[in-house]
Parts: sequence; structure tokens; C-alpha cells
Amino acid sequence: MACPLNGVRNISEFVCGGEVLDMPDLQTCSEREWADYLFMEANTKGMVREWWMHAASSYWFIAERNTETNEIVKTYPVAALYSERIDYRTGEL
Amino acid sequence: MPWSLLSYGLTKQPKLRRHFSKRADLGNSYDVVIIGGGGHGLAAAYYLAKEWGITNVAVLEKGYLAGGNTARNTTIVRSNYLTEEGVKFYDESVALFRELSYELDYNLLYSERGHLTLAHTDAAMRTARWRAEVNKHLGVDSEVVFPDELGKLCPQLNLGSDVRYPILGALYHPPGALARHDAVAWGYARRATEYGVEIHTETEVTGVSVENGRVTGVHTSRGDIRCGKVLQAVAGMSSVVAKMAGIRLPIKTIPLQACVTEPVKPFLDPIVVSGSLHAYVSQSSRGELVMGASADPFPLYSTRSTLEFKEELAMHLLQLFPFVAKLRVLRQWAGMTDMTPDFSPVMGSTPIENYYIDAGWGTWGFKATPVCGKRMAEAVATGEIPDLIKPFELERFYRFEQVGERGAASVGH
Repeated sequence: MACPLNGVRNISEFVCGGEVLDMPDLQTCSEREWADYLFMEANTKGMVREWWMHAASSYWFIAERNTETNEIVKTYPVAALYSERIDYRTGEL
Repeated sequence: MPWSLLSYGLTKQPKLRRHFSKRADLGNSYDVVIIGGGGHGLAAAYYLAKEWGITNVAVLEKGYLAGGNTARNTTIVRSNYLTEEGVKFYDESVALFRELSYELDYNLLYSERGHLTLAHTDAAMRTARWRAEVNKHLGVDSEVVFPDELGKLCPQLNLGSDVRYPILGALYHPPGALARHDAVAWGYARRATEYGVEIHTETEVTGVSVENGRVTGVHTSRGDIRCGKVLQAVAGMSSVVAKMAGIRLPIKTIPLQACVTEPVKPFLDPIVVSGSLHAYVSQSSRGELVMGASADPFPLYSTRSTLEFKEELAMHLLQLFPFVAKLRVLRQWAGMTDMTPDFSPVMGSTPIENYYIDAGWGTWGFKATPVCGKRMAEAVATGEIPDLIKPFELERFYRFEQVGERGAASVGH
């Protein structure tokens, strides 16, 4: 796996953080939508876009890989997807 | 004088008896289509025929018979689980397994060995005590044992303190057993076909027809068929097949590797599992050590084997049994496990009418083969979900009513 920060490292140095997903708005989503986001998985056979962390440096990044061929196609910093800070307003629950 | 053996040796063309009838042409329609010809699918076909008289059934298997996880597990049967729902469910399976060789008239090499879940930390001892008490409360034979008793149950175990995580005790479950995995599948398949069930191997389901929220048929690589009901039992491919019917599941497909050593004389009676060390081992009837470790660290639709698995397994197993260092690994393989967030299966109905699901079997599916076949057959035949499997319905996630069995799963964590 080519870590954007540390270069190519053995796959055993990395932790998979799961699919890149948009989190539903906590204030307005239904319980069903929230359960769907928490538990249901696409579990795609093919190209996926995921969060990965280089364990030794705690550096999080994005990887696009093929879950059928086990090929890691692309890795890039999180800034490529998220350029603005997201504020999760707690408000009243 | 073994005359039959002598005459066999002298014949040029030995008489062979087919296990199952030759594969027929795929029909146009069936009452029930079972997608997946593994242990679960074949068991469901058997019970549908035997207990409910439903024989117009086709089992569709993409590859060779029971070549998926049924061929790849480490053959352990037990019911020492953590939750009331789990214990009751797996214990019915153990009860069925005990009589299964007689019921199927097929030798499953069922061998009650005793199952030891080693505890290396206070937390693990607490979980062992919890499981033992829940088990006892429900009539399942489990108890907590300490190093002195462990020394008698498994004299080969390294109980010394010269390791990173010394053994503090264990959960001892005498009914823990091993069964020949292929025999379970073949036994169910043979009896099912005797009742008239059709098994179609090398027949891949490529699509599911749904009309007005109800399943009406399936598309396969050998033609389309209409059907009244569908049961999906495809383990690692659950999400892929469910997607054909427009259903989403809480499943991640993660490889689980295993390996065997060369055969040696019998020395290990019990099945030994260490949750803390992520390693487990048993000695098969062939004398080979069948071993596994933790599941792969990321989802993958592959059964490839890695060096990391062997390194991790060896590192931990040699703490338990240092003397096996000289044994050679004969063979290594993997299965694709359908892991759920609560380490419990997904069984029952789906949002699509007449479309039933048996999935989410992760690393705990083989032991449930009989109870799953029996109860899913009941669900398909009656249209009612039996109480025993109701806690495992897909809807439970939307109610936040997970059945948390991570503490009782040997691996996957």
C-alpha cells in the first residue's frame, strides 16, 4: 500500500477504516436512516473507496481498491475529498 | 478371508455406486429455489423434503457441491455461547448433530472431544464465567476450569508463566465436537436427492425477478426459472446475491484463513481455542493439526492465503504448544466469511415477499448447519418465522436489538 505520507509500506502496517460514506444529518434523519448508516453495508465486490490508517504514524488517508482482484488502485490525502471543516452541531437531542 | 476385498482386487471395472443422481436439465419452474449449495442450503433442502413434504425444490450452486465455506471451516461444533438467544439456537444444533450420522445414514465422523476456551486476562476470565453461568442456566454443559484442571484435561498445554500472556483458566465445554465437514454436506445432499430434490452445480444465479414486491423467479447461467419461494444461503456472496433482489445487508465479506500440519499420532484430545491470542487448534481423525487464527484485517472477495496469517498463527500457537514448532504445514486455504456487526446471523424473511435469507454466518456457520437447515425449512414451508430464529431477523438492526456474540466467537476479532 502506498501511503501518501510515508510511501510504499507493507500492507500489515495499515488499518482499514471502512467505506467513505456521507453521514446523515443527526438533527433531521430518522432512526431508520441512522440504523441504515450504522449497520448496512454496500460490501461491494469490485472498486471501493475507503478510509485507511497507517498505524505507525496514525496518518489517515483515502484508498481506492478492488475487492475482487486485491489491487490497490489509488491512494490520496483526505484533503482531496474534504476541503472544508464539517461541524456536527450537537444542539438539543 | 475378506472375499469382497479379493474380488474387488481381481475385477477390472469396479462397481461404483453414485452418491447423487446425475445433474438433470434445469426445469422451468420449482416450488422452492435454494440459492447456494453449501451445508446450509443442502440441509434446508433435506428438511423441506423430509419434514414438510416439499420436494419440487432446486438447489443452485455456482461452483462444485459445497465448495464454499462448508469445505473450508475448521469443523468445530459447540454451543457455549454468550446470549440466551445464541445458546438456545446453537444447542439445538448440537442436539441435531449428535444424531445426524444415524438420521442421514452417513458417517460424519462426529467426535466429541471437549472444547477449551483459554483465558489469559481477567476480562477473558470474566467472559468465561459469564458464558459458563448462562450455559448452565439453559442446561448446557460448560464450566470454568483453572490451571490445575487444565493440566489434566490437556497435559500438552504450556501452563508456564514464561510467556507474554500466561493462561489463567478456561471455559470447558465437554460437548464440544468435531465433524467431517464434507460428509455433512454430502449426507444432506444424498438424502435430499433421494426425496426428489434437484441439485444443480455449476449453475450460477445471475439475477432475481421481483414483481410487486414479491419474488417470481431467478435468472441463471443455464436458463431462467419461475419459483414460488427463494431461500438465499450463499455466505460470503450474500451481499452480491441480495443486491440482485434489491436487498441491503449488514455484512462485510472478510477472508478467514486456516491450515493443517502433517499428520502425527493422536496426542491432542480437546479442541483448544484462545480468544486473546487469536489462535485455535484441534487434531483431526487423520492426525493433522487443524489450525486457525484471526480473520484477515480488511474485506476482500478472495480465498488467497498469506504469509502474515502463518506468522501470526505460529507466533501464538507456539506459546500454547511449543513442541509443535517442528511440525510442517501441509496445506493452507481460506474461506470468505460474511461478518455481521453483532457476530450473529441474519435469518428469516426480507422486505421481498417469499424471499428468505440465511446469511451473516461469519466465522460461526458450520456448527449451525443442522438447526439452520431445519428452521429455515420451517420458515419457508409455513411462512412463519420460528421463535428460535426470530431474534436473528434482519429488522433487528433497525430496532437496535443486536444479539451480541462477539465474546463467544472464537475468531473474527
